[in-house]
Amino acid sequence: MSAMTTQEATRQYAIRLGDDALILGHRLSEWCSNAPFLEEDLALTNVALDFIGRARMFYSYAAELSGDGRSEDSFAYQRDCREFTNLLMHELPRGDFAFTMARQYLIDEYSLAFMEQMLSSTDPTLAAIAAKAVKESRYHLRRSRDWVLRLGDGTEESHQRMQTAINELWGYNAELFEMDTLEADLAGQGIAVDTTALRQPWSAAVQATLAEATLAVPETDWSVRGGRQGLHTESLGHLLSELQFIQRAYPGLEW
Amino acid sequence: MTKIRPETDVSPQEAVFQTRIDAEEKIEPKDWMPDKYRKNLIRQISQHAHSEVIGMQPEGNWITRAPTLHRKCVLLAKVQDEGGHGLYLYSAAETLGASREEMVEALHAGRAKYASIFNYPSLTWADMGAIGWLVDGAAIVNQVSLQRTSYGPYARGMVRICKEESFHQRQGYHIMMTLAQGSAEQKAMAQDSLNRFWWPSLMMFGPHDSESAHSAQSMKWKIKRQSNDELRQKFVDQTVKQAEVIGLTIPDADLSWNEERGHYDFGEIDWEEFHRVINGDGLCNRQRLAHHVKAHEEGAWVRDAITAYEAKKRQRDAQAAA
Repeated sequence: MSAMTTQEATRQYAIRLGDDALILGHRLSEWCSNAPFLEEDLALTNVALDFIGRARMFYSYAAELSGDGRSEDSFAYQRDCREFTNLLMHELPRGDFAFTMARQYLIDEYSLAFMEQMLSSTDPTLAAIAAKAVKESRYHLRRSRDWVLRLGDGTEESHQRMQTAINELWGYNAELFEMDTLEADLAGQGIAVDTTALRQPWSAAVQATLAEATLAVPETDWSVRGGRQGLHTESLGHLLSELQFIQRAYPGLEW
Repeated sequence: MTKIRPETDVSPQEAVFQTRIDAEEKIEPKDWMPDKYRKNLIRQISQHAHSEVIGMQPEGNWITRAPTLHRKCVLLAKVQDEGGHGLYLYSAAETLGASREEMVEALHAGRAKYASIFNYPSLTWADMGAIGWLVDGAAIVNQVSLQRTSYGPYARGMVRICKEESFHQRQGYHIMMTLAQGSAEQKAMAQDSLNRFWWPSLMMFGPHDSESAHSAQSMKWKIKRQSNDELRQKFVDQTVKQAEVIGLTIPDADLSWNEERGHYDFGEIDWEEFHRVINGDGLCNRQRLAHHVKAHEEGAWVRDAITAYEAKKRQRDAQAAA
């Protein structure tokens, strides 16, 4: 880490957080006109909008720290799969409604705790972004937690679908709480969130919700990782082809 | 064509109703109204609601491909607004005694229509500009007129909706302006989109007054306040100038300013195409409906789960209270 300035480390950190938000927002936006009923269509796209808005704030900050004329759009549209650093859970295809809500719940529970910690970041911009994000995440969590309960404790089919979703997602949890030297160093300076400290309270909250939803906590005998190093699942490349099509086909223009 | 019934056939109750209409009083849900007035409104408002909801598809088609994060957010917010408009309108129709389930079922069974414009495909990013500018522009002309419709809940819905629609239209126009001032490819993209959406936008106002099945009675009951042709003329007059400002050409060789009328003259609409699209053979009719049906069917287990969960909760609450 010694070779990297704090400013450069912070820039990379902001891009990571921007990537998480953009990719999840993208997945949620895929629900537009596909939700089980109209109110839910509005709610899912509303949450998508919050996350894409969050991505814009992080990317804008990264652009500011880059100071080389890059904009928020440079990060979203001009990097390939290997340069994206989102955590894997965010990029998984949307699946059925249970899968989307299970993922959303696991992430919202994480995201709220994360943003609450980031409120006290010594970096004033990150703290300011957290102040906005915390309010949104409270709302997101209330919704997604409700859905885990409703589907888990609804019909036999919804219970089964929710359990399957939780099982399929479970191995992506570990990555949420791992920190590389960049993050550890920034956390040491009070800039980044120490996610290792979030693990225990997150687990407790998730287990309580699953129990209330009559769902089983999966066996934890598998886990995958790689997002922060640009090692993704195969679905990210397809997502980016769609996301970046216009900018790649007609580069360097105003839209 | 429905003819207005002769005055002698009108019941005393209906005569009172017509007096209220003539005096510009708003009709409210608990007021007496002729059965045909009720049915006519349920038809019109529910189809208006379906149009908002089906209209989410051609624009939803570009959310994941929007060219900048700013445009993506604006588009997402817009499509959300449309869903919200659908909700207002379903609620307004429900005040007339129709349930949302029945209305959606009628849509799926093909008994209820939605605006013909949404059967055209969105093929390029410029279509997000054209749809905002032209399609929302046409909708606003129509809806501003409906702010004075005789049924109170519908009129109030229109007031709320028009505010948001005007915003969408400006955003659409801004997309077109940006493209028209951009590279040669962008300008061509904008012109191509205008070429494809111009005539379908004019068709949104419906058939000529002389051909319009519901018009005469709707005008007498003041459900409709201006005729299809009047509204269409208004739209052409305002839009031609907007096209000129950004240097795009309206695809109509017969378009010319008529000094005497103080309006633009314009060419004849392809009514054969209009009827073909209305009757199900537009490029996207089948996909639009199938998409809505699929989402509805795939969501059945979710809706069932809510019902089951709520029932269990009520039971638990009752046990706790006992």
